[in-house]
Amino acid sequence: MTQFSRHSKLIQFSFFVAVFLILSFTIEPSENNLLWRLPAYLAGVPAIVNDSVEYMMFDWMPIEKYNEEIEDFEETPLLKEITRSISGAILFCIQLIREILLGGVKTIVAFTSWDYVQDNSWAHWPALPWTVVSAAAIVLGYALNGIWLAMLACFATIYIAVFGQWEPAMETLSFVMVAAPLSVLLGLIFGVLAYKSQTLEAILAPLLNIAQTMPHFSYLVPVTVFFGLGDHAGAIATVIFATPPMIRLTLLGLKSVSPEVIEAGIMNGCNKYQLLFRVLIPSERHQILIGVNQVIMQCLAMAVIASFIGAKGLGFNLLLALNQLRIGQALELGICIVLIAVVLDKLSLGWANKQIDYFADLTFAQRHKYPLILVAILVVGTVLAYLGTFIFKDGINYFYLIPHNQGITTENFWQSGVDWMVNNWYQGLQGFNKGLIINVLVPMKNAYLGMPVSATFFLVMGLGYIVGGARSALIVGGFLLFIAMTEWWDRALITAYMTTFGVIVSVIIGMVVGSLCAQNSLATKAILLVCDTFQTFPSFIYLIPVIMLFGVTDTSVLIAVIVYATIPSTRYTVEGLRNVPRTLQDAGTMSGVNRMQRLVTIELPLAFPHIVLGINQTVVFALFMVIIGAMIGTDDLGQLILKALSDKNGTGNGLMLGLCVAFIGLAVDHLILRWSADRKKALGLL
Amino acid sequence: MTNETRNGTGAADHPVIKCDSVYKIFGENAERMVRGSNGNIDVKAFQEAGCIFGVNDASFEVHKGEMLVVMGLSGSGKSTLLRCISRLTKTTAGRIYIDGEDLLAMKDKDLIELRRNKMGMVFQSFALLPHKTVLENIAFPLQVKGISTKDSIDRAAAMVELVDLGGRENYFPRQLSGGQQQRVGIARSLAVEPDIWFLDEPFSALDPLIRKEMQDEFLRLQEMLHKTILFVTHDFDEALRLADRIAIMKDGIIEQIDTPANIVLNPSTEYVAKFTNDVPREKVLKCKNVMEQIGEVADFSDLRVSHNAIIETVAEAVLNESKPVAVVNDNDETIGVLKHKTIVHILFGDISATPSNAN
Repeated sequence: MTQFSRHSKLIQFSFFVAVFLILSFTIEPSENNLLWRLPAYLAGVPAIVNDSVEYMMFDWMPIEKYNEEIEDFEETPLLKEITRSISGAILFCIQLIREILLGGVKTIVAFTSWDYVQDNSWAHWPALPWTVVSAAAIVLGYALNGIWLAMLACFATIYIAVFGQWEPAMETLSFVMVAAPLSVLLGLIFGVLAYKSQTLEAILAPLLNIAQTMPHFSYLVPVTVFFGLGDHAGAIATVIFATPPMIRLTLLGLKSVSPEVIEAGIMNGCNKYQLLFRVLIPSERHQILIGVNQVIMQCLAMAVIASFIGAKGLGFNLLLALNQLRIGQALELGICIVLIAVVLDKLSLGWANKQIDYFADLTFAQRHKYPLILVAILVVGTVLAYLGTFIFKDGINYFYLIPHNQGITTENFWQSGVDWMVNNWYQGLQGFNKGLIINVLVPMKNAYLGMPVSATFFLVMGLGYIVGGARSALIVGGFLLFIAMTEWWDRALITAYMTTFGVIVSVIIGMVVGSLCAQNSLATKAILLVCDTFQTFPSFIYLIPVIMLFGVTDTSVLIAVIVYATIPSTRYTVEGLRNVPRTLQDAGTMSGVNRMQRLVTIELPLAFPHIVLGINQTVVFALFMVIIGAMIGTDDLGQLILKALSDKNGTGNGLMLGLCVAFIGLAVDHLILRWSADRKKALGLL
Repeated sequence: MTNETRNGTGAADHPVIKCDSVYKIFGENAERMVRGSNGNIDVKAFQEAGCIFGVNDASFEVHKGEMLVVMGLSGSGKSTLLRCISRLTKTTAGRIYIDGEDLLAMKDKDLIELRRNKMGMVFQSFALLPHKTVLENIAFPLQVKGISTKDSIDRAAAMVELVDLGGRENYFPRQLSGGQQQRVGIARSLAVEPDIWFLDEPFSALDPLIRKEMQDEFLRLQEMLHKTILFVTHDFDEALRLADRIAIMKDGIIEQIDTPANIVLNPSTEYVAKFTNDVPREKVLKCKNVMEQIGEVADFSDLRVSHNAIIETVAEAVLNESKPVAVVNDNDETIGVLKHKTIVHILFGDISATPSNAN
């Protein structure tokens, strides 16, 4: 073994590949051959998970509870009562915000009764006129980031109102406004606790890794089992998904507080709480607000996916439109979600980057400028809405609420556009589609499926050994072993093949575009802006245009994957190249290199560790998209997860499948991060 | 060791800070080994177990109004020693007394009380709270104590005047230069009127010119306030300029602890001598350190110099006199005499032959 590790990495790698090939060609594909496929030892686990979940929900720890309807105590399991009260509380919050935005009676009913509301016609909560919300968004945009954000907010809100999507948009917003603060709060609490206790940090680290690589879908099934269907279930799934990044950023922020600042706090006589709330958290305000931004983005990304389990709003309508292949409508809805995402992203970033101002010298009016303006807007908007009742006689008050589908729509335009494209481009697109499938995808898929499990292990663990020694080999081997022992190894191979294809193409495109754009500071700015913008789009949105063009095929999924996954590889290439130390570039220039030589001999080698981190992101993004691609029909793990969603006993399967996907991601993640860290250290870039 | 301080306090009062065989040992097994060692710490055994000595057997006292400067290069353990005495880090073995109270035995609550009322600290990188203005930063230790906003801000405003930052009360730290930020740090550390003042390389992050200015400012403040000071620096010139006494540290061990003049005149180890060799002695020595006994000299020049005057400041005047110059104490009594040859020797002569009565 020592002899072996002394050889250069390339020889080691060639050796592993050679063994891999020999194994691949010699091992007989047969069900009984252990070297070909491992038996599904873990096949019984999903059923055990289901049974234990059922036991916990319906039999575990019964408690006595008074039932008003039968006027007697009845036995009910503890956990069910707990989840029921959580659901109730969250549902109430969503309802409350929703009715503040859109009006309604349910909140009033919650404190009185339906009879009371019917008897008193005044007991109806009025909606906030859309003009007020819109103007508030504009003022907020101006306050946080100046005139451009104000104009963007103006455009976005007017677009949403004019296209008649106001009500679903506000439904989505109300859902975000409950899920996001909850995630931020939980993230802060866990972040602070992990900062205080190293044990908790060590426990949380792998959980966070898994939580962030599990596909969104796989959370949905267990959530429905514990919390049922509806807005609250969607919110809870969203919270589970959005909390991990908040925990991470909180922890990161707290750890980056300079030790001297902490010592200063202690020496000034702070006790534990004063240190936390008056020194640590305020010092890391920026990092924590970046966490808030991440949470909001995650919430919007989940807006569509949460609608699978009953969250109302734009996502739900989008899902319906996609299922009915009403592309035009889906596109309009998609743009609404994107606009909300972009505006909320910029608002929260603006908040994070805004420096604190000093107030004490100002007058009351100056100090409370923006709250006063908001009050004025509320008054003016309400008056306007009231006047509107006299102006618009046909029952619809355009100053108050523009009801669903009363706005203008461009659906027919888009639909005819799609029809036109199908008519005119059908041959070309189909030719491309077929050629790709027959010449590339199918052979690649078969090659993946033709790998004996032992050969795969050998290659992957060999890579692990080269990158990080025996420890890494064991870690990636462990991830692989889990997948191999489920009954879905073949499905996992299909997921892997689609991801590989997507990643290869994305990385090529990303590196080429990135290298070109990095040559010029204007182009750099432009491409980073494009990346920023595209990254705020919820992943689901990418499916709409490809379905328009390619219909429901593997090609569509792969194109969506490529578009989505090219973002990180481009961004990291640009960042890596731009961050090559200036002095090294100057040294190169003074040695007389030309532009191409400089790129190839100096910039790319130095930027490569960072670019590799981009490839890591690309893999994660591609994996997510491949799974979401199940929506338009694939036959990989994603499809099974989607199936588990509609299965009453899907919890076990959903979780296991989610873990399979997560472990593919984590294996790649481990290899790449390890390599990049070592490489950066070797280059002295850390 | 005598207690020579600027204020000339007697030996009767007990020390404000007293360290008794203080050890700070880093390493996984350090705690356990100390418990097993029964108080006799065998350095070799610890080092073989992979432990590293941050502070190795430090014993000294600091008296009221005295400024002890701990000098050492990076890694010498000087900051670790300071952090042991402020209990920012856990001392491995030994005892530390603050005003006679056992610091290491204090409960958290008492410790917080002690820090809120008796201790102030200034940091190398300023360590200002980025989200608070100058005024709020200075008021922070007062507010933490529970003093009302108005009172604390009033007091902070007075501190702003003390460190000469008037007009910048409402600036945030990010808007200030390094020197200004450290003025805020100093004001904050003094806001609670502490008896003991810790300064951890306070001027190391500043440009040379600003550093000089801040040292002058610091001496001016100390002249007014007479705090008991523990000052850490890696700059030997700074130590000479400021200190009543200097402790020179290397690898956790205090190599020598003495007055600046004594250290320059009688370096006790090779290591200390490396620092003192290049020091211009006329800038460090005072008249009283080199004066001769009055003896038979009767014919003094008209010029009289203070026993605390630095040689550099009086050399030219003394050499211009034709007769020996009398050295007087604070009460204007003649206590010694400065001869030409002594001054010439200090300015141009060999180091080893400098006459000395520096005790």
